[in-house]
Amino acid sequence: MTMERIPILKMGSFLLVTVQVDMHDRLAMTLQDDLTGRIVKDRAHGVLIDISSLEIVDSFIGRMIGNIASMARVLDAETVVVGMRPAVAITLVELGLSLPGVRTALNVDKGVEMLKGSIEDRARGNGHVAR
Amino acid sequence: MVTLRDETFPIRSSDDIVKVRQITREWALMQAFSLVDQTKIVTAASELARNTLEHGRGGEVRVQALQAGARRGVRLTFVDQGPGIPDLDKALRDGFTTGNGMGLGLSGSRRLVNDFDIHSEVDKGTTVMIARWK
Repeated sequence: MTMERIPILKMGSFLLVTVQVDMHDRLAMTLQDDLTGRIVKDRAHGVLIDISSLEIVDSFIGRMIGNIASMARVLDAETVVVGMRPAVAITLVELGLSLPGVRTALNVDKGVEMLKGSIEDRARGNGHVAR
Repeated sequence: MVTLRDETFPIRSSDDIVKVRQITREWALMQAFSLVDQTKIVTAASELARNTLEHGRGGEVRVQALQAGARRGVRLTFVDQGPGIPDLDKALRDGFTTGNGMGLGLSGSRRLVNDFDIHSEVDKGTTVMIARWK
């Protein structure tokens, strides 16, 4: 199997991951490892996962996204999933996946606003925003 | 009921799960499914293909494009010769898992399709049939 990787871009104190391929299971696991390493290395306070290219999210990918959000939280970073397609959202709900603890935004810009807002809240001593 | 197309594909590796998704998408498009209907059957196919690989130790999927009167459908039959499922009722419940998933594979994919049928025999294997109609 080829060693493909999903690129992780640094945007200020945030990391941006754009999932552009039909993710096979091993690629999803690699992303989980790569991303947690980068959160620490880049001292990131937020992670944006852009899934606008994903045509489906099944329970495996959903679990991977949930894991990333949990690991990021332990490493003091917030995760926002952006760009979910409407058909994917409808299917996710029927599948029974609610992505607990994962915040979502319509697009990257809104996701950045959301992350900036929660980091400002924390800087003011309000602690973590309610989920 | 008329069978428009009928083919069988192997499920032996993680790459085959991706292939099953692509094939299901193609066939759903061929049957002129709406985007939401395509997404539902492809998601169910992905869940069941992973079950075949992880719990059934691999197997195959038979894909059929069907026509019944004015209705057009896609039927997928996943077959493995794995260990089988001892308690089907339990396996069909939300949240039940023996692997490392979320336990939504069977119960979740059942909600995404119109027809669902499962047969399993311990030490013989499991067959899961799903179909979605437009």
